Amino acid sequence: MADTAVTVGKAQARPDSVRSLADSRFGRKVRRNVSAHGFLIGAVLCFAFFSWYPIVREIIMSFQKTQLGVTSWAGWKNYSRIFHDPTFWQAWRNTLEFTVLALIIGYAVPFFVAILLNELRHARGYLRVLVYLPVMLPPASALLLFAYFYDPSYGLFNRILAALHLPASQWVQASGTGTVTTAMISVVIAATWMNMGGATLIYLAALQNIPGELYEAAELDGAGVFKRIWHITVPQTKLILSMLLMLQVVATMQMFVEAFILTNGGSGTTVISVVNLIYQYAFALSGASNYNSASALGVVLMLVLAIFSGGYLWLSRDRD
Amino acid sequence: MAGLTAQGPIAPAPIAPGRTARRRALRDTPTRTLISSAQLNRPGGRIIYRIVLTLVIVVFTLVFIGPLYFLFSDGLKSTQEAIQVPPTIIPAHVHPSTYVTAWSRVGIGRLLFNTLYYAFGALALQLIFDVAAAYALSKLRPVLGNVIFLMMLATLMIPSTVLVVPQYLTVASLPILHLNLIGSPAAIWLPSVANAFNIFLLKRFFDSIPRELMEAATIDGASPLRTLRTIVLPMSRPILGVVSIFAVVAVWKDFLWPLLVEGGYNPSRETLNVGIWQAVSTTPQNIIIAASAIAALPTVVFFLIFQRNIMSGLTAGALKG
Repeated sequence: MADTAVTVGKAQARPDSVRSLADSRFGRKVRRNVSAHGFLIGAVLCFAFFSWYPIVREIIMSFQKTQLGVTSWAGWKNYSRIFHDPTFWQAWRNTLEFTVLALIIGYAVPFFVAILLNELRHARGYLRVLVYLPVMLPPASALLLFAYFYDPSYGLFNRILAALHLPASQWVQASGTGTVTTAMISVVIAATWMNMGGATLIYLAALQNIPGELYEAAELDGAGVFKRIWHITVPQTKLILSMLLMLQVVATMQMFVEAFILTNGGSGTTVISVVNLIYQYAFALSGASNYNSASALGVVLMLVLAIFSGGYLWLSRDRD
Repeated sequence: MAGLTAQGPIAPAPIAPGRTARRRALRDTPTRTLISSAQLNRPGGRIIYRIVLTLVIVVFTLVFIGPLYFLFSDGLKSTQEAIQVPPTIIPAHVHPSTYVTAWSRVGIGRLLFNTLYYAFGALALQLIFDVAAAYALSKLRPVLGNVIFLMMLATLMIPSTVLVVPQYLTVASLPILHLNLIGSPAAIWLPSVANAFNIFLLKRFFDSIPRELMEAATIDGASPLRTLRTIVLPMSRPILGVVSIFAVVAVWKDFLWPLLVEGGYNPSRETLNVGIWQAVSTTPQNIIIAASAIAALPTVVFFLIFQRNIMSGLTAGALKG
């Protein structure tokens, strides 16, 4: 035995006593692993059923077609069908527009609100609670309220416009095909009101981590308030700023409930988003629901999001 | 609250009545910020500060409390007044009965119960399975543990809204088991366990618990479960609080998923969000607003009570995440 062991390798060339020790250590290792996987199994099963499997299934389904209960291979047909659907392009344009608007409004506003709140010496707790309160509301409550405010005839917002001697607006019901429609801006305003609290609080926490000496030094060098914001506040919060930028883009690209409720179930295409269109393809066209086209659209959105977040990770690694 | 010290709201400087208040210098914030207190304490700076402070308080109150005022007061209007042109700011005639009608007609009680049932069920399952998983990944470190953890983290890149269709079909007929979960609470509970962010937060917290503590327990003959229960969990209260809030709020705010999996069961199994939205087409405006107000009330109260924990949990989770 010793002869063969030498040729095979050192590991097997152990005296018996050592091997039995190794066996028991091995046994312990097995037992530890079994119990560890026992702790993992619940979560792993949930991930397998509701996360990993659906990812694979979505990709497979996007290349299949189902007719009269028979599923067969469809190649790229689902993709070419959705690429030829004018609503597809409308939904993408809306989603990108929504993302850009949400960045201009929903990304910049919380940052400046946080800077402002951080300077105040009074009522800080009160203001923080105010900003975060809408985040806690059930989205249906907040959006139905905004739909009510937006109503062109009896809505509050047109009353405010009238009081300011401004022309009335159709708000979300405005029809228009320009680049930035009133309807789209209305959706962004409601979404920003609902969601800005989270970003504001995160910025506030980040601002409190900036060492005060930096501001003191800049002030001694004669830098004004705006120079101090640009040269100290922004670089010092760069990490959080860029992280929230990515999270916000990913979140707004998946916008669904805002357009869905404000336009009463996604009727019309003026503010339809990509996820709204997935919903329409899959569930809304009664009798002709097409899971395969919806899956193809889902795969396209998945790719866009993956490219975006992959690019973000690549860029942020490059910078370090 | 190790590592998660609450950034509690900084108490407003006490304002004594009369002239003494005006003389008292503005106190500095814990760290020096953009504008120094010395600058604010100069006569000109102080006036500007007062003006800005008043403006901010007024504008923020209008913007954030204003809509809530209408949410609660418009529910008191009659149906005619609710759609009157131009709208009234203060209800001309107060009809508290609208709230009663909304409660019974939209079935708010039932919807509220359902939502809480789903939210706390999801919370319980997440606390059991996600804590166990994070504990195994952090402390027991099984073979392939890192691969599993990476695969979980990868799902963060692919948000669940993108996967609604295959997820819906999977829930409608679970592979291998051939179960249909549509309409059952499990359709919300089980997918909520697949929450990579919560597992990530928990694992990172568990990673910070010293190994020696665990080893000492193992030498004393404690099983992994016992170690988890008696050593890890008592030390992890702050992160458990954060994860609990995230779990409950996620179910409370979700719309698309409960619409798909519980939507057809009006109102016996629907959530608040879905139930109220379903009622819109058949219910007068004032009743819808009253229903929305009732739905918003529990969260507003809950938030005002736990605001410190919720807000510090959010920033702690995000900044270190």
